Amino acid sequence: MSSQVLFGQLLVGLINGAFYALLSLGFAIIFGLLGIINVAQGTFYMIGAFGAWMMLNYAGIGYWPALVLSPLMTGIVGMALEKTLISRMYRLDHIYGLLLTYGLMMFIMGTFIFFYATAGHAYPVPDELQGGYNLGFMFLPKYRAWAVLVSIIICISTWYVIEKTSVGRNLRAATENPMLTRAFGINVPALLTFGFGVGVALAGLAGVLAAPIYTVGPLMGGELVIVVFAIVVVGGMQSILGAIVTGLSLGVLEGLTKTIYPKGANMVIFVVMFIVLLIKPAGLFGQEK
Amino acid sequence: MSVESAHATEVRWAQWRYVDYALYALGLAALLIAPFFLYPLFLAKVLCYGLFACAFNLLLGSAGLLSFGHAAFFGAAAYVAGHALKVWQLPFEAAALLGTVAATALGLVFGAVSIRRQGLYFAMITLALAQMIYFMAFQLPFTHAEDGLTAVPRGLILGLFDLNNLYVLYYTVAAIFVAAYLLIVRITHSTFGQILRAIRENQQRMISLGYRVNDFKLTAFILSAGLAGLAGATKTMVVQLASTVDVHWATSGDVILMALLGGVGTLFGPVVGGVIVEMLQFYLADSGLPIQVVIGAIFVFCILLFRRGIVGELQRLRGR
Amino acid sequence: MADGLSLAIKDLHAFYGDSHVLHGVTLDVAAGEAVTIVGRNGAGKTTTLRSIMGMLERRFGSVRIGDQEVIAAPPERVARLGVAFVPEERGIYATLNVIENLMLPRKINERGMSVDELYKLFPNLRERANSPGTRLSGGEQQMLAIARVLRTGASLFLLDEPTEGLAPVIVQQIGRAIELMKREGHTILLVEQNFRFATRIADRHYVMERGRIIDMIPRAEVANRSVQLQQYLGI
Repeated sequence: MSSQVLFGQLLVGLINGAFYALLSLGFAIIFGLLGIINVAQGTFYMIGAFGAWMMLNYAGIGYWPALVLSPLMTGIVGMALEKTLISRMYRLDHIYGLLLTYGLMMFIMGTFIFFYATAGHAYPVPDELQGGYNLGFMFLPKYRAWAVLVSIIICISTWYVIEKTSVGRNLRAATENPMLTRAFGINVPALLTFGFGVGVALAGLAGVLAAPIYTVGPLMGGELVIVVFAIVVVGGMQSILGAIVTGLSLGVLEGLTKTIYPKGANMVIFVVMFIVLLIKPAGLFGQEK
Repeated sequence: MSVESAHATEVRWAQWRYVDYALYALGLAALLIAPFFLYPLFLAKVLCYGLFACAFNLLLGSAGLLSFGHAAFFGAAAYVAGHALKVWQLPFEAAALLGTVAATALGLVFGAVSIRRQGLYFAMITLALAQMIYFMAFQLPFTHAEDGLTAVPRGLILGLFDLNNLYVLYYTVAAIFVAAYLLIVRITHSTFGQILRAIRENQQRMISLGYRVNDFKLTAFILSAGLAGLAGATKTMVVQLASTVDVHWATSGDVILMALLGGVGTLFGPVVGGVIVEMLQFYLADSGLPIQVVIGAIFVFCILLFRRGIVGELQRLRGR
Repeated sequence: MADGLSLAIKDLHAFYGDSHVLHGVTLDVAAGEAVTIVGRNGAGKTTTLRSIMGMLERRFGSVRIGDQEVIAAPPERVARLGVAFVPEERGIYATLNVIENLMLPRKINERGMSVDELYKLFPNLRERANSPGTRLSGGEQQMLAIARVLRTGASLFLLDEPTEGLAPVIVQQIGRAIELMKREGHTILLVEQNFRFATRIADRHYVMERGRIIDMIPRAEVANRSVQLQQYLGI
């Protein structure tokens, strides 16, 4: 097999891994902070992509503003949903939160299908990022390199904010002991709303980055969240770093598998999850609680 | 929460016994005469999904374990039974048995791995594992990928009666349904069922009392998987088709909705939920409205305002 | 300089779920006073502190802090009025290091102690600044729990068993810190099993049993009523 194909596939794996990392990071933040499994995480990815597409087709807003505006919008939609619906779940058995987000996912997906059918819509690569570099062993499209770069930068920045800043400190405290943190004067309910917004905005950002690579359609992201499940089970949900590293690694692994054994490529992540559950149920980065 | 009403159900069981017997007699009578008023094939299909929902609810209502991948068992059995009927030309009894065994074995493998984690992790793992089965359905030769197993022959039941006769078909399915339902009732009210509910209420306590909780949970999981498989195998015979839809995550979601709508933790609730969801899918199939919108809306509505489900609310009104 | 807040609780009822835990608690703490609640385990002392703080969902009655009614206020609002809570389990965050634990509680005003002053009061904390919170010894955790609320400028302190399980040397340090709070004119409500410690600090002692206040003993009468006190505490 030519090196072009191998590295081409690895690049696809890296891109997917970068998106998995963003989605899993947002997912882990939401779960850590709110205790909610956001089954709709893939739907917010779709909303982010659609947001960019709509901005272009209805308002003439191009890629660069959309890169900021669409995730922002996605975050706002998320915060509205948290404030009105999701926050009602905190008092209940955690399962209801999962089922609510599942219902929301179906409803939102169905609504988009109603208006846009299931076919995909194209979104153009911005002019500045057209073309690519010929590295000899492979051809590296500019846009794809950009997508991976932005994803990794955002992941690391998010990690930094959470671990090293006072906002992150408040988030971590609220995650560990919400009631006591409130007794220290911190508005935890507002923090939860904000946290959910951030978690889904990350998914929305992945959506915008993905728009020029994959076509924009209501079905995108539908099955993505299941991969996210596998990633956070493998990575151990307590760890922000775990979600990022595992997302990237499993994406690359998926790409690698595509070159060696294409039929098993979409299953390899789940097989890894199966094995990790046998050997270290708490996850690679997790601790037994 | 309707799960609590299952607790109360046991306590009041003795008092309401006669009313319940009457209701069950009524239900049985309805089951017997229904095919003369409604299309038997549709009824048979509804019974299959009703059984699927009851099997799922056995796990959730008693053990408190939310499996988000039950379609794996339903669909795996559907494929195995379909293959047995179509390619190996086995009689339906054998095909149903094989399907059920396949689902049970799958339940053992998946259960052993997922039981290790609790609550939400468990739900996520079951979904991920089921997704593996979904992908396999596209890869394995015998499943024929997107086409699925079509034109599956029905054959004879008991070597005598032609299942292509819709009345024979219906009564066969009804018999299977009643038998399986009674089994679920028996399990739920047995000591095993009580222990499961105790584990659901306070697992730590049961561990300290010396119960091997994981063994109980795994057993419940395997039972639930096997019964879901029975439903799937029977479904294949009824609709003469096994396809990737049967192993899709939306099917897992559908069965959760059936249990939720009907009443988690009640015995008859999932059947009611199954009837409603199947009817919904039937009527919405030709309308322009995507089924996901309706399913999603009902889910959200139930979670916010109607967690006890239909039968759960009725039980509450009865003072259970 | 009594800038401490006053606390007035009238007929406070509180529930954990369906369980009725406080049955009409009534007590007062004047600005700048130090008062303890004593009683056996399970009497409702911790529940009372948590109810004041707004940490219990279902509460009825009246809790006035200064001139503000807070019976229905969320914890963050109670805290921002100037109330500080030091829980029985200390509440040191495992996912935060010592400095982060110290800086977490929101500053209410500029009248709190500076980080340097706090390090002078509790030298151990300076050395351990970057350790994860739970790597500290029990005594160090207690010091941290007190230090972090001293930074905020709060003027009503709710302390739940600050000396529990600690060595006498540490207990002395904590005693000194609380004396400092008193000198600053802050109001203190203390739950304490260690009665010797309690009598050193407090002007009055409320006795609690089964969710009710059953007696109040001023400092001057402690010696005379020591037998009765021992009965109350089940010693």
